[in-house]
Amino acid sequence: MRTNDILLQTATKVILFIIILFSFFIFFKGHYTPGGGFVGGLLTSGAIVLLLLAFDMKTVRKSLPVNYMFMTATGLLFALGTSAGAIFFDVPFLTHAFGHVNIPILGELSLHTATLFDLGVYLVVVGVTITIIQTIGEDE
Amino acid sequence: MSLLHLAIISPFLLAILVPILYKLFRNVHTGWFVLPLPILLFSYFISFVSMTSNGQTFSKSAPWIPVLDIDFIAKVDGLGLLFALLITGIGSLVVLYSVFYLAKDKEQLNTFYVYLLLFMGAMLGVVLSDNLIVLYTFWEFTSFSSFLLIGYWYHKERSRYGAQKSMLITVFGGLSMLGGIILLYIMTGTFNISEIIGQASAISSHDLFIPAMLCFLLGAFTKSAQFPFHIWLPDAMEAPTPVSAYLHSATMVKAGIYLVARMSPVFAEEALWLWLVAGFGILTLFWGSFNAVKQTDLKAILAFSTVSQLGMIMSLLGIGAAALHFDGVDRSYFGVATIAAVFHLINHATFKGSLFMVAGIVDHETGTRDIRKLGGLMNFMPITFTIALIGTFSMAGLPPFNGFLSKEMFFTGMIRVLELDIFSLETWGLLFPVIAWTASVFTFLYSMVLLFKTFTGKHQPEKLEKKPHEAPMGMLISPIVLASLVVVFGFFPNILSNSIIAPTVSSIMPGNTADVHISFWHGFKPELFMTLGVIAFGVVLFKTLPKWNGVYRIFPENLSLNSLYDQLLLGIEKLSSKLTRTFMNGSIRTYLVYIFTFFIVILATTLAVKNAFKFDTSNISSIGFYEVLLAIAVVIASISILFAKSRMTSIILLGAVGYTVSLFFVLFRAPDLALTQLVIETISVALFLLCFYHLPKNSKNEERMGFKLTNALVSIGVGAIVTLIALSAHSNKVFDSIAQYYVENTYTEAAGKNMVNVILVDFRGFDTLFEITVLSIASLGIFTMIKLRMGGGKKNENK
Repeated sequence: MRTNDILLQTATKVILFIIILFSFFIFFKGHYTPGGGFVGGLLTSGAIVLLLLAFDMKTVRKSLPVNYMFMTATGLLFALGTSAGAIFFDVPFLTHAFGHVNIPILGELSLHTATLFDLGVYLVVVGVTITIIQTIGEDE
Repeated sequence: MSLLHLAIISPFLLAILVPILYKLFRNVHTGWFVLPLPILLFSYFISFVSMTSNGQTFSKSAPWIPVLDIDFIAKVDGLGLLFALLITGIGSLVVLYSVFYLAKDKEQLNTFYVYLLLFMGAMLGVVLSDNLIVLYTFWEFTSFSSFLLIGYWYHKERSRYGAQKSMLITVFGGLSMLGGIILLYIMTGTFNISEIIGQASAISSHDLFIPAMLCFLLGAFTKSAQFPFHIWLPDAMEAPTPVSAYLHSATMVKAGIYLVARMSPVFAEEALWLWLVAGFGILTLFWGSFNAVKQTDLKAILAFSTVSQLGMIMSLLGIGAAALHFDGVDRSYFGVATIAAVFHLINHATFKGSLFMVAGIVDHETGTRDIRKLGGLMNFMPITFTIALIGTFSMAGLPPFNGFLSKEMFFTGMIRVLELDIFSLETWGLLFPVIAWTASVFTFLYSMVLLFKTFTGKHQPEKLEKKPHEAPMGMLISPIVLASLVVVFGFFPNILSNSIIAPTVSSIMPGNTADVHISFWHGFKPELFMTLGVIAFGVVLFKTLPKWNGVYRIFPENLSLNSLYDQLLLGIEKLSSKLTRTFMNGSIRTYLVYIFTFFIVILATTLAVKNAFKFDTSNISSIGFYEVLLAIAVVIASISILFAKSRMTSIILLGAVGYTVSLFFVLFRAPDLALTQLVIETISVALFLLCFYHLPKNSKNEERMGFKLTNALVSIGVGAIVTLIALSAHSNKVFDSIAQYYVENTYTEAAGKNMVNVILVDFRGFDTLFEITVLSIASLGIFTMIKLRMGGGKKNENK
């Protein structure tokens, strides 16, 4: 799928970062307001899909040399690891912990192991969608 | 968890480290890292000997699945300890031998040692668990690791065939054993072997007692290669020789014997047990030794010999069960068979282990195992010859080796069958000594064939691939150790009798505290004359072998058990592919029709049977202007899809339906859902576009699909059912909503304010975990289907 739309390409270069930053935002605030790993991951995939539409597969592969299957596996490890980590503290599998920490400048933050789990979800979602789209898209 | 549990799982733990060690230290043979573990375990288990020889047992329990009554109870008693010592002792020798047998730059050592350690741990688990479910789990693990080890040289077709065969037969037996375990649980209410033994007399008249026993025996017979399931063992010889020496002669194939011995206190008073165990055992003994003579491959001779020796131990255990019907002096008089079984179990491990290693050395140093090509190796390999001489003479039952002692005791046990007057043994019992004697003649015969055809006679250098020479010292250490044990146990059998054999016998026959004493010289008793007869007939048959070996051609090849197995396998494959083809025609449309028809039938029936349809209009909010508008938009978009002329239009219309639905979520104040739905729609439209890009354009004459009644009915049906279910789901309030629970606990329990996300990652995190796992598997599936569908040629092109 080779496109040569200058307008789309130029706009994409700017919008891409906005979408990805927005997806991070959505991901991090998920515990308190709408969002989370799943939507965040989908938004990032959406950004990459936009890139794929504006440029072609080869260019994207060159500029983003990410092994998405590796990403999926890493995500699964994150999710499994945070779930299994609970066992070492003698609480049932998948028990999450949280705490409130004071950090200069940022103020009081609450830190959750659930975020790590959610990060796993995020990575899996991005990995899976892009693997599928890339595989189908590259197929001749 | 205790040290004992740790000992059982330590091989598994080391198996995790082996690949890392292999990667880190490429120039050190991985076997050296593995070797310390079995030695350490052996010395650990040796420390239990003084305890079990006093008649004590040691057990530790760790909870595994307490709700299902399954605890990992590790228990050391005489029987378990004997096996643990065999596993770790022979294991150490085999690992040492394998270091010299497998070249470090040619073989995949990491996988080999991982499989070997898996086996070692699994086998320790089998013999040291007191819980039947734990035992079963480890039991299947031994089958799997045996499968992997037989198929170690997987590029060879025979290896794959042998691996599959052993897997099918032993796992079939394993499953039947699981059935037996469940039947026992139904009868006794416990999986704990010690407790089941305690209830043995209470359950013996239960209806399920005999079925449970048959299930267990099926498991034991398949694992220990008893007739007619013995056919997998000769094919298992495709495994590397250290594996054959370890799994397929010394340990794994004895798991069936272990099971029979372990379950003896439960089942052995039953007449059927004696007849089946002793009957199949003695039949296997004869059939194995008879067939071993015709083999031309060294390892095939040893395989059939193993089959036959396993049959011998099995038959001894069966006959030994008769002793339970007597008390006092008579009990130990008839119990001699059980003692012989245990003693021969040890002896077999020593001489057969050394013989397998000899076969490996011959193969390694000459390039062949075919006795028609071998001969005269005595001059080239004097040490190997000496080991082989000790091993074969012991196997043939010649003095002064340990095989002679256990063979004499075997005869004693068989002769005493004649004096039994239970279970109609007084009439048919005569068969036992007769078959035993005949089989021993053949055992003598193949032992001599093995020894003399390989090491004496004419040397044929032109038929050998390599110039034969003595094996390196490292390779000889293990067989030398085993051969010296053969001699030591031959001269001083009583170092074993009260330390190892007596506690083992008392685990098989609880309450037996009689002293075990093995004597070399019994006087001029029938046993001695039987041995002399065996030697005399054996020598005659050996000398005249070429004249009578035509006997083996009488049995047609295509009527053998092997061809029965092959035909059965082929038949099952054909039948299943035929059956599958009748409904799997490769068209997605057909599959969708199946799926949706099923969907309609199941759900409509459930609705009707449960009388669940309900339409309740109370307690609903009013319908606003925007909702009507969106509904109209959805309907219009859906209907337009049917009439769209190009695919592009259909995709975009489908997207429109999705976006409108997400607007519904906005109206219903579900921002999380709306957000997700929006992004999902975007991405799936992009994905659809990519997919359709590859499809041919709708051609003119295919512009509109014709009206198909089935499809129309199915789609209307699905629509109707979903509507009905949605209405009923709203109208039936069977439970109180759990929404309130989440509202109350989201902040206090999980410190989150977004309920949806907290449910996803915390309250119902398990669902999410499984969902992302399924997603990952699906993406891998798509990747493999598309990238690898044309075979191996194009794979890895995207590296």
